[in-house]
Amino acid sequence: MLPLIVEDLSVAVDSKKILENIDLRVDHGELLVIMGPNGSGKTSLALTIMGHPSYRVLKGRIIIDGEDITDKSPDYRALKGLFLLFQNPVEIPGVNLKSLLRAALNKRMGKTDLTEPVPGLEEKLVAEAKMLGLSEEHLERDINVGFSGGEKKRSELLQAKILRPRYVIMDEPDSGLDVDGVRMVADIIRELISTGNAVVLITHYPRVLEYVEPSRVVVIHKGRIVATGGRELVDKINMEGYKWLGEVENGGSG
Amino acid sequence: MAGAVELSEILEHPEYMEPIPYKREIEIRGRLSRSIVEEISRAKKEPEWMLRLRLRALEAFEKLPTPKWIYGIESIDLEEITTYYVKPVEKPVEDWDKLPSEIRSIYEKLGLPEFYAKYLAGLSTVLDSETVYSSMKKVLEKLGVIMIPMEEAVKKYPDLVKKYFSRIYPLMEHKFSALHYALWSGGVFVYVPKNVKVPYPIEAFFYVGSELEGQFEHTLIVADEGSELTFIEGCSAPRFKKYSFHDGMVELYAHKNSRISFITVQNWSRNIVNFNNKRGITEENAYIEWLEGSIGSKYTVTYPSTILRGEGSGTSSIVVGIANGPYIKDTGSKVIHAAPNTRSRIISKSISSRGGVNIYRGMVQVNRGAKYSRSHVQCDSLILDEKSKAYTYPIIHVMDNTADVGHEATTGRINPEQLYYLQTRGLSEDQAKSLIVLGYIRDILRGLPLEYVAMLSRVIQLEFERIGGVG
Ligand SMILES: Nc1ncnc2c1ncn2[C@@H]1O[C@H](COP(=O)(O)OP(=O)(O)OP(=O)(O)O)[C@@H](O)[C@H]1O
Ligand SMILES: [Mg+2]
Repeated sequence: MLPLIVEDLSVAVDSKKILENIDLRVDHGELLVIMGPNGSGKTSLALTIMGHPSYRVLKGRIIIDGEDITDKSPDYRALKGLFLLFQNPVEIPGVNLKSLLRAALNKRMGKTDLTEPVPGLEEKLVAEAKMLGLSEEHLERDINVGFSGGEKKRSELLQAKILRPRYVIMDEPDSGLDVDGVRMVADIIRELISTGNAVVLITHYPRVLEYVEPSRVVVIHKGRIVATGGRELVDKINMEGYKWLGEVENGGSG
Repeated sequence: MAGAVELSEILEHPEYMEPIPYKREIEIRGRLSRSIVEEISRAKKEPEWMLRLRLRALEAFEKLPTPKWIYGIESIDLEEITTYYVKPVEKPVEDWDKLPSEIRSIYEKLGLPEFYAKYLAGLSTVLDSETVYSSMKKVLEKLGVIMIPMEEAVKKYPDLVKKYFSRIYPLMEHKFSALHYALWSGGVFVYVPKNVKVPYPIEAFFYVGSELEGQFEHTLIVADEGSELTFIEGCSAPRFKKYSFHDGMVELYAHKNSRISFITVQNWSRNIVNFNNKRGITEENAYIEWLEGSIGSKYTVTYPSTILRGEGSGTSSIVVGIANGPYIKDTGSKVIHAAPNTRSRIISKSISSRGGVNIYRGMVQVNRGAKYSRSHVQCDSLILDEKSKAYTYPIIHVMDNTADVGHEATTGRINPEQLYYLQTRGLSEDQAKSLIVLGYIRDILRGLPLEYVAMLSRVIQLEFERIGGVG
């Protein structure tokens, strides 16, 4: 399978430039970790890769599975196997996890009636939800409406597990989760990469990486990649924070 | 189509932003002559009393003022309407394969059986349903339930029909009720005998006729004491018609301790002006339930109404309007509490999309002496984009201070982040919208027969898909 490639990507929201010259590559079976201070552009990058209409690509390309998807709709990308776990998923009154996942699976099976029952889904959902620490009731509730921070993350993870994407971008799946939750995230990541998927993990915390080994770590600062390395970068950030970024920034250039 | 374009222009007109968006008056072209009405009656071989009723209605029609509250209809051409009665147009296409492929593909997508699709497409004038419905008919016969065409009932059960016909919805009510009674044709008569509970919902798809028809069908349902009936009128699959003006009527009479559920989902083509006059009366401890869904038509006016005449009786009206495109749904419900301890519930859910306009107009009246009556109105609007609108005009008259009357209204908007989120899960923007819409009306669908819900959800998905090709 072919990698997820981001090539020389620059992005603006309205007239404000928020990402510049981003290059990334994640192969299947790899875990790419993205770190960086608040407001540095991590979520913007994730949303751009997932085709959010507010993020205008000024230059560069996004490629999955050998296909340039830079101009494709979010749903096209999703059907190509791309999945984003949102840092802040939106509330959708009227739609619950059951009906959403039923529709998403029917769509993947080429059905035109997205409300058709999907054989076996009900049981599977209940079982997976339980493993992820969600109750059956969460499956029937409007998505994210009144969900706690941790429940939102778990609901995102549940969707990833049911939809079986091949390229998974996780935007702070570990934020706001309890100790068991963080461990669970690590388990899911490990399972994803061991079954040959490509995973991008955006995180602020080294804890999740105690249980899973990153293939590469990049640090984003003010919309640019300012450092690339391995686990040692995680440790450095954990020890020193991001104070050292000022120097890197002065030394680097676009 | 010129009509539709003009309508959308009206909708974008700034004047429309004003609180009461009714400005235009309807223009009625042509005249209905007495001889046409007499001819209709003669052709139907009607008894004298019915002819007299028609002629009284014609007089009333001529005298009554044109309602000012109608918006968006330029004109109604009586010549066109009456031409149909004098010389019904032959059915145009005989061959399924000759139907426009668009129509065929929609029916195929809906998974309709061919005999049914043919009927809907106007290929056959009667639903060839003997095989499907004959066993059901037998059950009804055994129960003593009468269910026959209205015209037949007038001749076969004159005393029974006379007792109720036009007694529930008076012909003088407004110009279009008068017009209806002058020209009525078609419709169904149902009588459920005492203590008979019809065990399954009855689906009655009535025939809309062909070109240039004015459809004035009259349906009358009488539930005798202690009986129960669920009646499904119409069908949610799209119906393709050229110009049409529809002015149908439904009268329900629920005797003591009886219960009538009347379910309609209308999905006619987008050039039909649809007036639907619906009214019921409840006696002691009886209950009338209306479920009115409007998907199609250019302009629909319908307010199912119930007069709670008997003590302890009740009604619920669930009204759903989908205005997807430059169309208007002017819907709502009316209830008159005319006896003590009566209860009513109105739930209105509207969905406005792509420039569509929903107008809710409801009235709850509690008469003096209707002690301890309770009423609750819930009025929800869902607006899918900036171009679309929803207006709410609730009227409440309470003349008894022991009454408990409540009104709640909510307006929801779909924001682009919600659509984006659903798209990241693989749904197209249109599919995302229809999923939200289906979720919004989920609670209402809960009580309906399963196959009916399945059909309706396919229809709604198709509705948003079909028109959404551009976005
Ligand atoms: N839609 C938007 N409109 C305006 N500004 C935006 C938008 N999206 C992102 N930004 C700005 O771009 C910058 C990067 O934001 P982004 O959310 O990508 O940061 P982040 O790295 O994910 O931060 P955090 O660690 O806090 O999640 C911020 O200054 C943010 O305010
Ligand atoms: Mg972020």
